[in-house]
Amino acid sequence: MKLFTTAGLVGGLFAATMLSGAALAQDAPSGEPIKVGILHSLSGTMAISETTLKDVMEMLIADQNEKGGLLGRPLEAVVVDPASDWPRFAEQARQLLAEDQVDAVFGAWTSVSRKSVLPVFEELNGILFYPVQYEGEESSRNIFYTGAAPNQQAIPAVDYLAEEEGVERWVLAGTDYVYPRTTNRILETYLKEELGVAEEDILINYTPFGHSDWQSIVSEIQTFGSSGKRTAVVSTINGDANVPFYRELANQGVSAEDIPVIAFSVGEEELAGIDTGPLVGHLAAWNYFMSVDTDENLDFIDKWHAFIGDEDRVTNDPMEAHYIGFNMWVKAVEKAGTTDTDAVIDAMIGVSVPNLTGGFSAMMPNHHITKPVLIGEIQDDGQFETVWETPGTVVAQEWSPYLEGSRDLIADWRAPLSCGNFNVVTGQCGGQGAEAAEEAPAEEAAN
Amino acid sequence: MIAFLRGMVLLLMLAGPAAAQSDLRPLIDALGAGSGFDATERAVQALAATGDPAAAPVLRALADGDLVTRTSDGRVFVGERDGRTYALTDALTGEDAGEAARGDVDAIRVNNRLRRAVTAAMGSLTLQSPSIRQRMNAAQAIFSARDAEAIEALDAAIEAETVLSVANLMRQARAAAVLNSDRPEAEKVEAARIVAARGDRDALVLLAPYAEGEGELAEAASAGVSAIQSRLTLIDWAQNVFYGLSLGSVLLLAAIGLAVTFGVMGVINMAHGEMVMIGAYTTFVVQGLMRAHAPGLFDYSLLFALPAAFLVAGAIGVAIERGIIRWLYGRPLETLLATWGVSLILQQATRSWFGASNREVSSPSWMSGTIDVLGAQLTLNRLVIIFFSLAVLLGLMAVMRWTSFGLQMRAATQNRRMAAAMGIRTPWVDAMTFGLGSGIAGLAGVALSQIDNVSPNLGQSYIIDSFLVVVFGGVGSLWGTLTAAMSLGVVNKFLEPYAGAVLAKILVLVLVILFIQKRPRGLFAQKGRAVEA
Repeated sequence: MKLFTTAGLVGGLFAATMLSGAALAQDAPSGEPIKVGILHSLSGTMAISETTLKDVMEMLIADQNEKGGLLGRPLEAVVVDPASDWPRFAEQARQLLAEDQVDAVFGAWTSVSRKSVLPVFEELNGILFYPVQYEGEESSRNIFYTGAAPNQQAIPAVDYLAEEEGVERWVLAGTDYVYPRTTNRILETYLKEELGVAEEDILINYTPFGHSDWQSIVSEIQTFGSSGKRTAVVSTINGDANVPFYRELANQGVSAEDIPVIAFSVGEEELAGIDTGPLVGHLAAWNYFMSVDTDENLDFIDKWHAFIGDEDRVTNDPMEAHYIGFNMWVKAVEKAGTTDTDAVIDAMIGVSVPNLTGGFSAMMPNHHITKPVLIGEIQDDGQFETVWETPGTVVAQEWSPYLEGSRDLIADWRAPLSCGNFNVVTGQCGGQGAEAAEEAPAEEAAN
Repeated sequence: MIAFLRGMVLLLMLAGPAAAQSDLRPLIDALGAGSGFDATERAVQALAATGDPAAAPVLRALADGDLVTRTSDGRVFVGERDGRTYALTDALTGEDAGEAARGDVDAIRVNNRLRRAVTAAMGSLTLQSPSIRQRMNAAQAIFSARDAEAIEALDAAIEAETVLSVANLMRQARAAAVLNSDRPEAEKVEAARIVAARGDRDALVLLAPYAEGEGELAEAASAGVSAIQSRLTLIDWAQNVFYGLSLGSVLLLAAIGLAVTFGVMGVINMAHGEMVMIGAYTTFVVQGLMRAHAPGLFDYSLLFALPAAFLVAGAIGVAIERGIIRWLYGRPLETLLATWGVSLILQQATRSWFGASNREVSSPSWMSGTIDVLGAQLTLNRLVIIFFSLAVLLGLMAVMRWTSFGLQMRAATQNRRMAAAMGIRTPWVDAMTFGLGSGIAGLAGVALSQIDNVSPNLGQSYIIDSFLVVVFGGVGSLWGTLTAAMSLGVVNKFLEPYAGAVLAKILVLVLVILFIQKRPRGLFAQKGRAVEA
């Protein structure tokens, strides 16, 4: 009986989504609709993060339709569920591009899912907006990266701790997969080369996905931090594992005043399941916080709450990345006067739209955007308070100068160069870093 | 004349605070005057240097991030945000100071460094507070801040202190401050000894920088450091055992229910993890209900969640047995696939119902924090879970051993046909046994909601470990389950510091595989005809 009601509920929700989709199409402007693909996991482990992004895309599309659509035509969302399953991401991407004929796709969260769909988008010449901070080391003609590259998040974060809090000893703790490993490789070189940190003052620790027993690691961090030098933890721990990690920190009494933790993957959404009282002062580096005090942001939050019908729902950085990416796409399509892929890709570079932190973000020739970097401290209400921000926006380094093999590479998608990995030393496109970039998917599969 | 003098003194005393208040104002306003944390930190120190206890609440408000500056006149207020406006109150007197629009005030930013400065400053302001707790906190704050300016205040406070332990703490704080001051070496050496006698990690942090170099101070400090370190090594070892047992108890909780359904009934139930998840979500629902209807009892919400989780998970277990599993007895592969399907359905149903985000389950106050056992810091929630898991195990053993249901269960397990012939309703026993196993999983969910996140994926992360424990321990043996869970936990925790969390898990798995190769029936093999059949 229990099962039956559940099935009914699921069915009902499904029907409701379909109906609201139909209703949207009705009051939108007339003409052949422009289709926008939404490729986010609505089930499986990533659903916790990606479901919200599907919702915010629907909100942005509904909003644009109210403003009269795009090129006088209505926008229509095509939602698929790749179910946190990487091969399925590729299948669904192919379906969106080949069968549904969408004009742009917003989606993917993990680097693995992005790497899985990348060949599909290049083969079928589609447009993907990728909205999450990532490890860099990539630039594709068909992908627009609206999240942060490492120099737009990790490096300023480390600088802040070194300068403001006088941190000299570093724990780099991460989940064992490609994003933390690459980011930590960049950070390790940066700490040694730029900040002069000694080898023995860096402790690197990896844990499996969903790790839940943090007792010994937190205790190890405490031991490492008792050398008399100020110590901080740089956390690239991803997903669910953060909740037990922060709980253990609170329980063992590691306060932010003693050993601050700065996280790159913990946002408002992740904090929603934790009592943040004991965590006040731990940090996160992002390009947006819900607490940012600008009119654009307050309007955005009001709109979000009205759309989702729940005042308690939070906003976060990847949502802002969708907001920016969507508005850039709208502007580029208007500029190009068509939704034709090649024309829109060319029109994208140089497009500049307001972000939610009171400035403008521009699409650069390397298909990444300029972003301000914000460092925030966790408050007892689960929000972040900005304690530091860059004076202006930062241009993304898609190829890190702190990694062997990518130092000499640049990406520039303008004619005549039109290359994602141009080696400035050899003068070749697809130079030294090309093999490294191609090997990456295999490495991830192993992880 | 004397009366007159006395009157004057009284007047001065009355006027004192008022005068101090007017002196404090410009210092308070200075908190918001400069730009950047450096300026604010200097203002905090200036405010603390007055030694006026009236400054303490202002500093506290600053540390909480509640202070704002009115841009029009540079005055500092306590500002409470309400949507797009702020309600202002006077920082000193607490009087209402009207409202201000968001654009008319600047919130004074605080960061960790500033919070440390405030804690240190509060230390010297509250050293002679009437509350013992506050005096201890003050001494502790000065100890961590090593504030050399506080030495005189400490001397006075030690003089006035009546509680021995607090006076001791103050002496340690004074020693820390002396180490950080420019006092003569002899005094510092003595201070290093006092700090070393404290013997904990905080003392180590403090002494470590002085242990390098030469001279009497370095010798005293390094002697202290090595004494503390050897003590800490011992404590670390004890803590590792505790961590291992606590991990073991979590494994035990997750596996006991499975030991019943898999061990006793031979059903490979892939939906077992979801029963754990349902228990955790039941805790969330019970806490929500109690927050709304009985906030006074909220601290005991877990005690109410336990029977609720047992009943809910148990009932769903019975439904699964009646609806699906009973048609599949004797076909283990089909059972595996069917229950795996059930687990996916339950996960997605939970996601549709409660949303994909984690749900917040709060810990009761009596389960938060640590207790100090001979220097080892044991976290209370883990300690409670260790005892809880043992209690559940013993409870289950008692049910099997002494109740008629337990007897029927054992009979049906050993020889189903014979039991049926003796008049036992075996289908009913099957359903109840499955319900019992699921109910215990629900209990595990209540406990796990305290250490893991309550999300639809909660169960998935435990299912493999649970099977590992049951198979390693010997299918069907509860003692085996206990031994297996505890030994896997301890081995894991001793491997982790050397091998890292990822490799430790793999190593444990390899060890178990090797062991099972040698002894296919696990640690505590069941004997007798029934097993062979």
